[in-house]
Amino acid sequence: MNDLIRMIPSILMIVSPILISAMGGMICEKAGVVNIALEGLMGIGAFTAATVHVLIESSTPASVWIAILAGAVAGLVVSIIHAYASISLNANQVISGTGINLLATGGTTFLAQVIFKMERTQPFKLGMMPGLAGIYPTAWIALAIVLLSWYILYRRPFGLRLRACGEHPQAAASAGIDVRRMRYIAVLASGFLAGVAGSCLVLTQTIQYTVNTINGAGFIALAAVSFGRWLPKGVAGASLLFGTAVALAIYMVNIESLRFLPSEFFSILPYIITLVTLVLFSGRDYAPRAAGQPYERGGS
Amino acid sequence: MNQRSLNKNLLDRLLSSDKAISISVVLLGFLCGTLLVVAVGRNPWGMYSAMLQTLTGLDLTRGTWNVRYVGEWLNASLPLILCGLSMAFAARTGLFNIGAEGQYIVGLTAAQFVALFGPQISVLHWLLALLAAAIAGGFWGGVVGWLKAKFSVSEVVATIMLNYVAFFASRWLTMLIPGTNTYRTPSFPATARLSDPLINQLTNGSRLNLGLFVVIISCLVFWFIIEKTKLGFELRATGLNKDAARYAGINITKGITSSMIIAGAFAGLAGAVVALGSFSYGRVLGGNDNYGFNGIAVALVGNSTAGGTMIAGLLFGMLASAQPLMQSRQIPKEVTWIISGLVVIFISLRAAFRIVLDKRAKKRAAELKERSDE
Repeated sequence: MNDLIRMIPSILMIVSPILISAMGGMICEKAGVVNIALEGLMGIGAFTAATVHVLIESSTPASVWIAILAGAVAGLVVSIIHAYASISLNANQVISGTGINLLATGGTTFLAQVIFKMERTQPFKLGMMPGLAGIYPTAWIALAIVLLSWYILYRRPFGLRLRACGEHPQAAASAGIDVRRMRYIAVLASGFLAGVAGSCLVLTQTIQYTVNTINGAGFIALAAVSFGRWLPKGVAGASLLFGTAVALAIYMVNIESLRFLPSEFFSILPYIITLVTLVLFSGRDYAPRAAGQPYERGGS
Repeated sequence: MNQRSLNKNLLDRLLSSDKAISISVVLLGFLCGTLLVVAVGRNPWGMYSAMLQTLTGLDLTRGTWNVRYVGEWLNASLPLILCGLSMAFAARTGLFNIGAEGQYIVGLTAAQFVALFGPQISVLHWLLALLAAAIAGGFWGGVVGWLKAKFSVSEVVATIMLNYVAFFASRWLTMLIPGTNTYRTPSFPATARLSDPLINQLTNGSRLNLGLFVVIISCLVFWFIIEKTKLGFELRATGLNKDAARYAGINITKGITSSMIIAGAFAGLAGAVVALGSFSYGRVLGGNDNYGFNGIAVALVGNSTAGGTMIAGLLFGMLASAQPLMQSRQIPKEVTWIISGLVVIFISLRAAFRIVLDKRAKKRAAELKERSDE
């Protein structure tokens, strides 16, 4: 039990980026656009944040925060590609997302080659510092984002309109909502949040960006969205579960009674749990009804 | 017919032809890649001479010729073509198989086990390993198809989950083999290997192997199933219009599951070809080989046909095996990944080409109407 309490800061460290990214993915799907580019957008955010931080860390104490902002903006900018392709040009959303994932791997290492003359960013001296009780501020950022998303999606007219675009875009349009504009906002928000998530990840968990920095966190976030049934509290719970499982896989060596199991066992757990729950709760489809479908204005 | 209307028809024809779109998309990707190389102040000639050397073995910078580069190019294309076939087969049934990576890994793992523990009889040994890989990959894909058909679990999320399960399970199982350290098993017996002395000699010692024939046969099988069998017809009908297929009495559940089984078998074979062709020992995977993910791009560019996938696989294989040559010419090798990514994004815009076509058709209809009104 003591072990588990001691693990809380590291669990939160791992959960936070997944949760932030998953919130973005949820908002995006709520508006009717599937964003499987979360993984790539997180990579772009992480690369940008690591680069900015290493370049200015000696000149300003606010470097970490500037880096996170830069990462968020980079995620937002790249997500414009996905938004333009899938909303304005009716592109296949899964294919466009896959393209961005491929592009992110190549693009970030390419830029690293150009800027640092190697396949990774130069390591920074000091990442983000943990706060009270060894908990990183990223946990509070994540909490704030969950509460804010919930408030906007479920307590503001704007949120109602956004959700309508994902459930029944034609009905939303006939009620006077600009469906395309709403979807743009949602995709850009998810790009921004994925950028924040990637920045948080790189600044708390490692000292530089490499191709393996994100290592599936974006895909886990994507799964957390469907496992959490597209609800803020569900997605938060799912992210917490996945993050704990990932942390367990890292820390299991410290737990005497579980040592007979290989670490791969714990690495597999979150994915198996997701699959099983997806099957168990398959009776009703919880996904926004129009998620993944391009919206075409009827008539002309 | 005046020149202007002729141009119009040509553009229409280009936009409505899948082949023309694929070719222009690839050219556009290369153009962007070239501009990028120029933008960072390198000479794009280095990129193209690296590609030429990969394709022909001709080294223009030194004026030498070595056929080994051609062999390496073909060898790099083999798993890409097979993973492309996997993606393409699922796509013909209207499924998006991001799981080729996982199916590739289980195939690779199964092949490694048979290579180490199977009967050491020449030919039979690697045949059994290939069979095991196809079955393992088919099972891994079939599970996804079954979950999709029976419980409507999204194949996108399910395959991503199973990719990770496959990766970690492969590490776990492989490390159980006696004599295995953190990255490799003991060496395979010679009877398990796909390498062939004749091919080896012809290509001046490249790693090209009998997997070449596995790929050719797979392409033929793909074409035959899709075009010439009842199953293929039913699958294509399901992919084109699920509801219409159901009303026509086609069993969708069975169709989706069998489609994913066959798709998985192709990816599983890719794993075996890499394991037994390019390596002489079993690997404890340290990361993804990414053939499965790149197979997505291959199938998209190849328009999900057997021939197209083969050509696209050779193209992406060329990009992959040109990487070290580019690096030696001061071209950041990541430019090839950027080209692949851009090609996929451009391909996703196919719907946009249809919008253009529709607009043009509408405009023409309006013009015709105007003319008849006059």
